Amino acid sequence: MDLYEYQAKDLFAAHGVPVLPGKTVDTAEAAEAAAAELGTAVVVKAQVKTGGRGKAGGVKLAESPAEAKEKANAILGLDIKGHTVHQVLVTTASDISEEYYFSFLLDRSNRTFLAMCSAEGGMEIEQLAVERPEALARIPIDAIQGVDKAKADEIVAAGKIPAEVADQASDVIVKLWDTFVAEDATLVEVNPLVRDPENKVIALDGKVTLDGNADFRHPQHAELVDERTENALEAKAKAKNLNYVKLEGGSVGIIGNGAGLVMSTLDVVAYAGEKHGGQKPANFLDIGGGASAQVMANGLDVILHDPDVKSVFVNVFGGITACDAVANGIVEALKILGDEASKPLVVRLDGNNVVEGRKILEDANHPLVTQVATMDDAADKAAELAAGA
Amino acid sequence: MSIFLNENSKVIVQGLTGSEGTKRATKMLAAGTNIVGGVNARKAGTTVSIGGKELTVFGTVEEAIKETGADVSVIFVPPKFAKDAVLEAIDAAIPLAVVITEGIPVHDSAYFWAHAVAKGNKTRIIGPNCPGIISPGKSNAGIIPADIAGPGKIGLVSKSGTLTYQMMFELKEFGFSTAIGIGGDPVIGTTHIDALEAFEADPDTAAIVMIGEIGGDAEERAAAYIKENVTKPVVGYVAGFTAPEGKTMGHAGAIVSGSAGTAAAKKEALEAAGVKVGKTPSETASLMKEIMASL
Repeated sequence: MDLYEYQAKDLFAAHGVPVLPGKTVDTAEAAEAAAAELGTAVVVKAQVKTGGRGKAGGVKLAESPAEAKEKANAILGLDIKGHTVHQVLVTTASDISEEYYFSFLLDRSNRTFLAMCSAEGGMEIEQLAVERPEALARIPIDAIQGVDKAKADEIVAAGKIPAEVADQASDVIVKLWDTFVAEDATLVEVNPLVRDPENKVIALDGKVTLDGNADFRHPQHAELVDERTENALEAKAKAKNLNYVKLEGGSVGIIGNGAGLVMSTLDVVAYAGEKHGGQKPANFLDIGGGASAQVMANGLDVILHDPDVKSVFVNVFGGITACDAVANGIVEALKILGDEASKPLVVRLDGNNVVEGRKILEDANHPLVTQVATMDDAADKAAELAAGA
Repeated sequence: MSIFLNENSKVIVQGLTGSEGTKRATKMLAAGTNIVGGVNARKAGTTVSIGGKELTVFGTVEEAIKETGADVSVIFVPPKFAKDAVLEAIDAAIPLAVVITEGIPVHDSAYFWAHAVAKGNKTRIIGPNCPGIISPGKSNAGIIPADIAGPGKIGLVSKSGTLTYQMMFELKEFGFSTAIGIGGDPVIGTTHIDALEAFEADPDTAAIVMIGEIGGDAEERAAAYIKENVTKPVVGYVAGFTAPEGKTMGHAGAIVSGSAGTAAAKKEALEAAGVKVGKTPSETASLMKEIMASL
């Protein structure tokens, strides 16, 4: 889960990383009050989980509370790369002498963590990495040794952070490592990490990604979920414990078992859809190995309530599960849903007990269900039905 | 021959007494796997009857190895306890640890991987979040259904479990030397390259199927490896062409960030290395059928 800047900075503060005081609000009036409370010039910052906020007009300086209200009014409701601004962070404006870049992240290729540090922060780091890779230090971090003061000193030196603030910067880096580990993050990024005119090092911005697999260690992370920005179908699926992702611009609903097979199903539908006026998959839904009737019913319930969906492709390979159990699941699910099941279903079953499974569907003879023997042909049929709907 | 697992493998199950462990062990035994015991500190010294076989539960992996000569451990321990279970297997220097558990925090996986490296890589880790490894007709360590395909000359390595099953099914007329699911997590032990290297060296593997998916650069690295080191024919498949940037598709590792890790980039890299890449699993299987027919 990606966090908002203010959430990231709250975590930083909790682990002793210096940040500027601020308040997150969702109305212009509250922004005015927050600025008055801070009693300084402020920066009003859009809280969206995407980069490029400044360029999009989502970050503005305000000299007075009245101006903060005006700026908040302009920012709230903005659309930044498809993200609507619901909240702004009102924070003390800081004089900046220098901007640095710092991050900890997972390095998949080397199966460990990586620290990235540069004295040239503020700009888009991807651009720096391409144009002047020598200016961005990359230091591997041993997952067991972690980052102590000595390692942080090494990182700071490699990133060419000026000597006057090197000691402070390495203190901050140790605390950012504490944050990274204690919160089970896969990314902690500070861009910019700034030096103010008094030579203080401050995390002016923050980006944190948390590992959902570690939620069992962090019940408090549940409070960081912003339900306002969740897609309604995704929220419904999550409440039913389904592994579902809504895809924009699609018309073929997808249900399958196993993440790899479902990803593959999306691709196969998109290929087949090219022949039927560009039909595309409308979602990813992995019902997992078990695929009981109830799980199938829950999955169909979510997909059939997606107004974009014109047809549904159920693609199951009976490896761990058996096709007869899945077929019974489909029949039961259609009974549970009754009249709410209103869109054609193309079902492809293969693997364990396929003969029994196909027979169960044949015998049920449900008017909405068509069986097709192979994945490629079934995708074609589903796309054809979506195009004709 | 086969890779990593054969008819002489002696297998223990960490988490044998749990419902998942018991259920899977029953199927592994039915597939001919030589399971020699289980591990559970709280039930040390007891015996469980699984699939008509009496299995001793040992207190530690070390003790199990000492008593039985086990050289493979299959781990079905829940995510919360998985890190300690894998660390225990590494400390006991068991040659192969197959970590089936799904949902292990990546800080835990990175930690046990670093520990395995620090201990001199005496333990090969497969997974986590994987279906395991099967050398059909010899042994099955994990949850790959043993009845999909029999022994043969194709080697298969895949990130995804269900695509492993699908591909084995499509190619069942030829059979497999070994099929291995390496898992879809961001940090995994055995990589595509490790499997490719072993298949290349295995005299009983004639051709290789490699299945990848979006995220990371493992497929690109594998492509570079194939170009330099693999003489056997390789057929590839990559899932996730339609996956949008920044969305997690079930596998924690299957996430595209920026331009890196896209399916198109992986396909291109594999083709540049001389690998025939299918557009769909069926087309991939057809490419392999042509190769097998020509051998």
